[in-house]
Amino acid sequence: MPMNSSPVVAEIHDGCVSLGGRPVLRGIDLTVRQGEVVALLGENGSGKSTLVRSLMGLVPVSQGQVSLFGSPLSRFRDWRRIGFVPQRVTATSGVPTSVWELVSSGRLSRRPLLSPLRKEDRTVIRDAIAAVGLTERTHDGCSTLSGGQQQRALIARALAGEPELLVLDEPTAGVDLRSQQAFADTLSGLVQRGATIILVAHELGPMADLIDRSVLMRDGRIVYDGPPPGTAQDRGERGWADHGHHHPDLQAPHSDHTPTVTSPLDGPSTREQRP
Amino acid sequence: MSILEYPFMVRALLGALFTGLAAPAVGTYLVQRRLALMGDGIGHIAVTGVALGLLTGTSPTATAVVVAALGAILIEVIREQGRANGDVALALLFYGGIAGGVLLIGLGHQSASTLNAYLFGSIMSISPTDVWVVIGLAAVVVLVAVGLSPQLFAVAQDQEFAKVAGLNVRLYNLLVAVMAAVTVTVAMRTVGLLLVSALMVVPVATSQQLTRGFRSTLFAAMAIGTLAALSGVTVSAYVDVAPGATIVLIALGGFALAWPLGVWVRHRQRMRAPFAPIVVGPEGAEHTVVPEDHEHQHGESCGHLAVPHGDHVDYVHDGHRHAPHGSHYDEH
Repeated sequence: MPMNSSPVVAEIHDGCVSLGGRPVLRGIDLTVRQGEVVALLGENGSGKSTLVRSLMGLVPVSQGQVSLFGSPLSRFRDWRRIGFVPQRVTATSGVPTSVWELVSSGRLSRRPLLSPLRKEDRTVIRDAIAAVGLTERTHDGCSTLSGGQQQRALIARALAGEPELLVLDEPTAGVDLRSQQAFADTLSGLVQRGATIILVAHELGPMADLIDRSVLMRDGRIVYDGPPPGTAQDRGERGWADHGHHHPDLQAPHSDHTPTVTSPLDGPSTREQRP
Repeated sequence: MSILEYPFMVRALLGALFTGLAAPAVGTYLVQRRLALMGDGIGHIAVTGVALGLLTGTSPTATAVVVAALGAILIEVIREQGRANGDVALALLFYGGIAGGVLLIGLGHQSASTLNAYLFGSIMSISPTDVWVVIGLAAVVVLVAVGLSPQLFAVAQDQEFAKVAGLNVRLYNLLVAVMAAVTVTVAMRTVGLLLVSALMVVPVATSQQLTRGFRSTLFAAMAIGTLAALSGVTVSAYVDVAPGATIVLIALGGFALAWPLGVWVRHRQRMRAPFAPIVVGPEGAEHTVVPEDHEHQHGESCGHLAVPHGDHVDYVHDGHRHAPHGSHYDEH
């Protein structure tokens, strides 16, 4: 685990985000240091995606400050240091796109304008495709890939920029266990090279071993920030084995930020009775 | 006698050549964003620009470029701001554009036939100055569309990713909008404002039937667009038909040919995609021998679809997969 003296890679202080007038994130304080592997966990609507999107400047904060690599977001220009894997269902668009083309677009932040791909660019792109195990599909169209393969192509696109900070928004949603394992191996290779990783996830699966810090979000707030309470062994070592009391608030029904949309005739009580 | 001996034919062919190159180049980015009809909308708005030019006695091409560019920027801003009602706002703009044009034409006491030349194209009567304007604008559009293709591709493919990669997404979006507006005006003389969108979209739809990558789609679409534009003008030189409509029908004919071919190629690729490798189970387990007798040996030319499966080949046979195993076939 990195020391507290490692340089700060991403930081949000007293961050608040409103979407359409509704507060979605409230009073968020999070500091990620170089070399950390942070998992953002929480239910749907708890604000974990919004948190990483506000760190990337895709969602403006209504209050508080965001900084990346020590400079405030508004003055941050060194985007090549960041690799982002947005939450996506597919990697396709209206025109056929080969895996090679999709992954090369991740190299753009390191290429001067109007210059063709250099030799080193090609090597990195090839390595990024190999790292996610798609070498044989390099020149195939993205639309012919399975969902899991498309997700891996999007990860390769982020890797092609050789980022120091990799931010992944639910990268393994809809990816089968075997691909998740391959993906976890890729990530651990990056971690060994000193990369910092922020990972939004529903369930960690094979990635659990990599994580050295979990941040649990609920209702737009951080409710836990510390070592992953993952395995039973960990809990034993850290003396949580006797963590015997209940958290009734955690079992209460989840209140979503988006009001549930129902038709006027479809009251909450009738909705609950449905299977 | 060659048609190239007539100066007006040379001008028409030059105009067609550059329009055919530029329109699909921009069209590719519009199709990529699933905005195939944006060209049509800009064409409607350009009608107001043409009418404004006719009314004030200035060049209709110049006023059309300005009005179409402003309209395209407005469309882009509406698209960026509004989420739910974006398409309705676009519709308002489109119809406002065409209604405004017709109204202004009436105010200028021009007949509807003046407008017809712009609505349906009039490439045979294009003046030398107009040809140079068409060539210049189209060349700029093609250079930008090809030169900035990595950036424009990334922005159209995934805006959020492009933003985090440090690209100025809004600037590139506006650039595409302005390029589309310029192209609409360029193609106004060739195919006319009502058919502009066809020359932007149909070649792209045709080329993506047979391509797997973005760049190949872009260049194939430009080739198809050029071919359709040149042959359309040539046909209308010999037969008395409208060149604009001929160009679009030839492009559509190309699509009608490419589509079944694309369906067949994709079907064939799907059928021949390797089956997932076998997960190795316990030794000797799961070994189902095909019960029926085989009158022939499965092989390269047996007529059954051969699909790679791990370290061997399966033969697809009435919905079954038969894998050779020594003296018999296994059911896979």
